[in-house]
Amino acid sequence: MKSEHLYNYILGIADNSLILGQRLGELCGHGPSLETDIAGTNISLDLIGQTRSYYQYAAKISGENKTEDDIAFLRLERGYKNVLLVEQPNTHFGYVMGRQYLFDVFHLLLLQELQFSKDQTLAAIAKKGIKEVSYHKRFSGDWIKRLGDGTPESTAKMQEAIDDLWPYTQELFDMTDADTAMAQEGIGVDVSKLKESYYKQVKTLLTQATLEVPQSTYFSRGGKNGVHSEHMGYLLADLQYMQRTYPNMEW
Amino acid sequence: MSNEQIKNLEEIFEARIARDEKIEAKDWMPEKYRKTHIRQISQHAHSEIVGMLPEGNWISRAPSLRRKAALLAKVQDEAGHGLYLYSACETLGISREELYQQLHSGKAKYSSIFNYPTLTWADMGAIGWLVDGAAIINQVPLCNTSFGPYARAMVRVCKEESFHQRQGFEIMLKLCNGSKEQKDMAQDALNRWWWPSLMMLGPTDAESVHTEQSMKWKLKRKSNDDLRQQFIDQTVPQADILGLTIPDPDLKFNKQTGSYDFGAINWDEFWQVVKGHGPCNKQRISARVAAWDNGAWVRDAAMAHAAKKEELKVKIAI
Ligand SMILES: [Fe+2]
Ligand SMILES: [Fe+2]
Ligand SMILES: [Fe+2]
Repeated sequence: MKSEHLYNYILGIADNSLILGQRLGELCGHGPSLETDIAGTNISLDLIGQTRSYYQYAAKISGENKTEDDIAFLRLERGYKNVLLVEQPNTHFGYVMGRQYLFDVFHLLLLQELQFSKDQTLAAIAKKGIKEVSYHKRFSGDWIKRLGDGTPESTAKMQEAIDDLWPYTQELFDMTDADTAMAQEGIGVDVSKLKESYYKQVKTLLTQATLEVPQSTYFSRGGKNGVHSEHMGYLLADLQYMQRTYPNMEW
Repeated sequence: MSNEQIKNLEEIFEARIARDEKIEAKDWMPEKYRKTHIRQISQHAHSEIVGMLPEGNWISRAPSLRRKAALLAKVQDEAGHGLYLYSACETLGISREELYQQLHSGKAKYSSIFNYPTLTWADMGAIGWLVDGAAIINQVPLCNTSFGPYARAMVRVCKEESFHQRQGFEIMLKLCNGSKEQKDMAQDALNRWWWPSLMMLGPTDAESVHTEQSMKWKLKRKSNDDLRQQFIDQTVPQADILGLTIPDPDLKFNKQTGSYDFGAINWDEFWQVVKGHGPCNKQRISARVAAWDNGAWVRDAAMAHAAKKEELKVKIAI
């Protein structure tokens, strides 16, 4: 393989898009309104589209005869590198928007740096993604404001979601070996440096939404190293169902 | 208004339709025209959004990323169709909430085909190929219907439906060129969807109501039986290309008519499903009701938030 680190680095970014796209896809047709269904599907489509670009690139540099689908569907759970945040379930619409916003802020900061990568392919994917993710962030942020500063019931529900999702935010800024190696080469982004801007933006929005910023200092991590939550196995059972049941076929 | 005046308006109205003029929402129209259109357009809108459910069922299990993206896009298109059709219906003076109430209470109907389950990936192919295919045959004539908002919605919808139909056929083609399991899956899907697709074109002419009035208003331009024949004649050669067998032993090309003769349709099954006793009627409606009920707090919050912002604007202005 041309670069083990580069390969792992790409998967570290792409897996977040895949798993979040998968979660949003589960909701299609079951949301609170036709408009939110359409928007949620749109975001899912963007994320799956980004995933494909990353995996196609990863497949190419793997040097083996891999395809984007081998990477997407045929790894063991421990091989997926997404953060715990994106695999959290669609408990209710507040969780869906909370998870989305807490990821979108990070995602946009990441792509804004990645567009200057020395790796031309990654830079191009990032550039294209910035427009999409800016829209995602606006959509989810607007909903947090509506739900946070809506009715007493919606405020409580939105607060509950933010409180529950908050412990998964710190993992976004952990540096893996691949992250460190790629950042040193000017290919990857030093995500630890995005932390300050991230929390500043999130806190501002939560305040606008009349929500409290969680004070908890306990954080969960593990996804980046393939140690996931109990939810992940079920998500993968759905995701991988066809490829596992009917191996080596074209669809 | 006197009866005389109303009769006069009705004559002018019918003459406009006969001249192929479009009726717009703000135009005067007979009450029966309004009611019939609310019923038909909302039934169509409901079909679009209930139709999202059987296909949505396979988004999380799509076999490749390319197929997952295409399926997401398709289901999203159906949501879009629902949206234009509800909007067209709202121009006739009924709210979306009311329309949803009618769907949830069972008062309004939707296309019965969506009360069948999607059991394998091949069902995504069969639905696109057959169900979107039959929908196009039903809907192309409506692009020239007399009510302007409906006609315009149909032009846009039909374009997307034909894309869905080709995409469905392509899913089937891939399966039919694949392994034995894949080909069996495709044949099984055709076996299950063929007859319900034929039923989708509506009851046989002898049992079909409202037709004469609908013809005059261009809500219907061909009879159900003619549409069904058109669908069969178009689809059988496609099944041949796929190398699949249509599950009808009586299906035979008739040289005299240039059409396919086909076997008897089980209309008892059709009426059973229409009356609410198909395999998934309850499940489909419960899913819609659950989405609506679980979303109530979200919609309330959006309204409350908008009202607060409005109030703030007024305060600042003062
Ligand atoms: Fe549609
Ligand atoms: Fe349709
Ligand atoms: Fe369609």
